[in-house]
Amino acid sequence: MLDLEIERTFDRYRDLLEDLSFPAVRRWKEANPGRKAVGFFPVYAPVEILHAAGMLPVGLAGAGDRLDIQHADARFGSFICSIIKTTLEMGMTGHLEPFEGLLFSSICDSARNLAFVMKRNFPQKYIDFLHLPHNPSSPASVEFLAAEYRRLIGELTTIGGDFNDDKLRASIALFNRQRELVRRLYALRAASPHLLRAWECYVVVRAGNVMPVEEHIALLEQVAASAPRRGAKKRDSLRVVVEGAFCEQPPLEVIRLIEEAGCDIVEDDFALAPRWFTEDVPSAGDPVLALAEAYVNRSVYSSVRHDFRKPRWLGLAEKTKVSRADAVIFLMAKFCEPAYFDYVPFKQQVELMGLPHLALEYEEKLFTFERLRTEVETFVESLVFD
Amino acid sequence: MAEKSEYRGNIHQRQKQLMLDWYARLEQAAEGGEPKTCSLMVSGNCVELLEAFGIVPIYPEVNALQLAIRHQSLDPILAAEEMGYAADNCAYVKADIGCLLKGITPTGTRLPEKPTLVLCNFVGCNTYLKWFEHVAKFTGAPLYVIDVPFLRTAEPSKEDVAYVVKQLQELVALLEKLTGRKFDPDRFRHAVECSARSEELWSRIKHLAKVTPSPFDAYFDAITLMGPLYVYRATQEGVDFFAQALAELEAKRFAGEGIYERERFRLVMEGPPPYPYFRTFRDMFAKWQATAVASTYSTVGGLWEFGFRHDPAQPFESVAMHMIAQNVTNRNMLQRYDQMQRYMEEWKADGVIIHFVKSCRLFSAGQGDMRDYFSKQLGVPTLYIESDLEDPRYFAEAQTRNRIDAFFEALEHSKAHPRAKAEPKKGAQLCVLPQA
Ligand code: SF4
Ligand code: SF4
Repeated sequence: MLDLEIERTFDRYRDLLEDLSFPAVRRWKEANPGRKAVGFFPVYAPVEILHAAGMLPVGLAGAGDRLDIQHADARFGSFICSIIKTTLEMGMTGHLEPFEGLLFSSICDSARNLAFVMKRNFPQKYIDFLHLPHNPSSPASVEFLAAEYRRLIGELTTIGGDFNDDKLRASIALFNRQRELVRRLYALRAASPHLLRAWECYVVVRAGNVMPVEEHIALLEQVAASAPRRGAKKRDSLRVVVEGAFCEQPPLEVIRLIEEAGCDIVEDDFALAPRWFTEDVPSAGDPVLALAEAYVNRSVYSSVRHDFRKPRWLGLAEKTKVSRADAVIFLMAKFCEPAYFDYVPFKQQVELMGLPHLALEYEEKLFTFERLRTEVETFVESLVFD
Repeated sequence: MAEKSEYRGNIHQRQKQLMLDWYARLEQAAEGGEPKTCSLMVSGNCVELLEAFGIVPIYPEVNALQLAIRHQSLDPILAAEEMGYAADNCAYVKADIGCLLKGITPTGTRLPEKPTLVLCNFVGCNTYLKWFEHVAKFTGAPLYVIDVPFLRTAEPSKEDVAYVVKQLQELVALLEKLTGRKFDPDRFRHAVECSARSEELWSRIKHLAKVTPSPFDAYFDAITLMGPLYVYRATQEGVDFFAQALAELEAKRFAGEGIYERERFRLVMEGPPPYPYFRTFRDMFAKWQATAVASTYSTVGGLWEFGFRHDPAQPFESVAMHMIAQNVTNRNMLQRYDQMQRYMEEWKADGVIIHFVKSCRLFSAGQGDMRDYFSKQLGVPTLYIESDLEDPRYFAEAQTRNRIDAFFEALEHSKAHPRAKAEPKKGAQLCVLPQA
C-alpha cells in the first residue's frame, strides 16, 4: 500500500514537471491575487530574495519535447542548445504569461544573449541579468554580489515587491530547510539506491523549481519519511556519478534507461537549484551579505560557476569518492559549450583516478532512446564482465 | 568586373614588422626567461598594468587567428578534438590548445612554454574562463581571473567599478610577487597615457571612414591594425604606429582616394571574419566595390570611436571602465544593436552584413533576432551568412559567394540605393551610447 502511494506521488510530480502551463504557479497566483511570479533561467538564482519580496520564484527548464519550435529557430539558429530555443518559443507562444519577470545570470554566452533578446521581444516584462562573480578568490566579490543583490531588490520593489531584512531572514530559513531535506534524500539514495530510484528523486527535487517552497518542504518530508519504509529489493548495480546535465535537462526517459541498464545513479548535477548550497546559509546578521557570502563560499561546484581556488575537476573527484562511485557518465546537452569544455579536464581527472567513464549526448527533444540504451548497456557489460 | 582587393601602403608593412618583433620578444622569453610574459585576452584588457611591469602580453586569440590566416589551423584543431574537445567548442580554443600540445606556433618562432601568469580578463565571453583554466592546467602556470561585471545596465555602477579596481590592485600584488619587481605607478600612468594617445589616433582613423569614398576598410583593414592595437597600444611604439597610419590614411582622404576606383556600397559588418578564407571573403566584397565603413568586430578591444579614452589622472578607474563598458564583448546585445544603428546613420551605410560564426556564441547566439530587428523593424537591407572564424571546414565558398552576389544585386536594384533609407522607425532606439 505504502509503495503504491509513494509511486503515485512520483507520477504526480512527473506530470507536474511535464505540464507547460505551470499549474502550481497559476494556483498560487489565484490564491495570492496581485502577487508576482518571477521565472529564472537555470542554473541558480537567489530565490530567497524573490520569496522575501513576496514573489514566487520559478525555475524554468525549457519545454522538453512538448513544444514545436516555430519561431525561435529564426532568432537562434544553428549550433545553439535546445533550451535556449524552447525558452524563447515558450515566450513567443504565451507559455510564459504567468511570469511578470524573468531572471538570467552569467552561466554561458547563449543564455546571456537570450536575456537581452527576450528583453527586446517582451518589453512588458521585467527582465534582468544578474552578474554572479567568477573570482571568489577576491575578498571584494562578496561585497560586489551583495551590491548586485541590492540592485535586484531595488528592481523588484519597483515592480511591486515588498521587501525587508526580516522577511529575507525568514525566507533563508525556509530554503535552508528545503535544502536540508534535499540533502537527506540524496544521502538516502546514495546509501540505498533501491529505496529511491534516481528518476524518483529527480522529479521530487526538481518539483521544487515549479511550486511554492512551503508545499515543496511538505512533499520532501513526506518522501523522506516514507521512502525508507518501502519494500523494494536491493539490486546489484554499478554505482555511477552522472555529470554534465546542469542546465538543459535530459528527458526523464534517459535517466530511467541509465538505471534500467544496470546503473545506480548515486550522484548527479541535475536540477541544481534546490540543492545549491553545501550547508545552511546563516540567517543571522545582514542577510543579503550572508546570501552573497554563501554563493561565493558555500556553493556546490558546477560547470557554470568558476572558482579557480579549486578546479572543478577536483570537485568531481571528491564527488566520486564520497559517493563511492564505480564509474562516471558524462551526460551532456547537445551544443552545451560549458559541458563540452569541462568534459576534457573531467575526463583526464577520472582517468587519473582509474575510473571508467562514458560520454553521452542528449537533447530535450529526443524521440528514440535505443542508441543511448545500447551504449549504456555495452558500457555496463564491459565493466561487469571485466 | 572581378575586382580584387589590393594591399598597398606602408601601414601593412609596418604592422607586419611590429608583429614579428613581438613574436621575436616572445621567443627571447621562451629561451632566456626574460622578458616576463602573461597570457591574456584581447577584449577589454589591462595590458597597461602589464606594461608597467615590463611584462609582454601573449594573446592566444592573436596566435589562433594568425594560424588560421596562414591556413594552418586545421591540424591543431584536429589534435584538440582527438583529446576530447567537441566539434562544437570554440575553435579558437581548440587551435590554441592543439598548438600547445604539438608545439606549433603561427610564425614558427618559439613561444614561452609557461607564461609568468595566465590572466583571464573575463569580459563577457564565458569561453575565456574555460580556455584560460585549461591553458593554466596544461602549462602549469599560475592563474588569476579578473571578474568583470557584464554591462547589464546602461552605465556601470560605482560598485562595478570598485569591484574591478580592487581586483586590479590584487593583481598588482600578485605581479609584484611573480616578477620580484616593485609596482611603479609612474610607469603605469605613462602606459595609460600612451594608450590614451593611441586610442585618439585610432579613433580618428575610424572617423575617416565617414567620408565618401572611405580611405580604408573598417573591417578588413581595421583587422590589420588591431594586432598593434592590442600588443602595443600602451607603448610609444604604438603611438608612433598609429600616428603613421593616420597620416597615411589622411593623405589618401585628401587625395579623394577610396579603396576602389569607385565606392559603390557602404556596409556595416557584424561578427568576426572567416580567417581561414580571409582573402577569398574579402574579394567577394571587392567584386562589388563594397567598403565596410564600420564593424563591431573592430571594437572587441575597445569602443574608442565613441569617445572613451584611458585617463592617466585616474589610471585604475579608467582601466576598469574600459574593461566593463568600453568594449563590445562586455556589452549586451541591445547595446550592440544601437552601436550598429549608429554606424548606419553616422557612417552613412547602405546595409548590414551579419556574419554568424559557429565558434563564437558570444557574437552569434541571437543574431537571428538582430537580423529581424534590422531588416523588419528598421527596414535596413541585411544579409546573414554563416561560417567560422577558425575552422576551415565550415566555409561553403560557392554558397557564400552566391548569397553575397544576390544581396548586392538586390541592393543595386532597390530604390533604396545609393543611400539606403536608414531612417529608424520611431521608438526604435534601444539604449544610449556614450557621445563622442
Ligand atoms: S544548456 Fe549549456 S549552452 Fe545551453 S543555455 Fe544551458 S549552459 Fe548554456
Ligand atoms: S567564443 Fe568568441 S569571443 Fe569567446 S573565445 Fe571564442 S571566438 Fe573569442
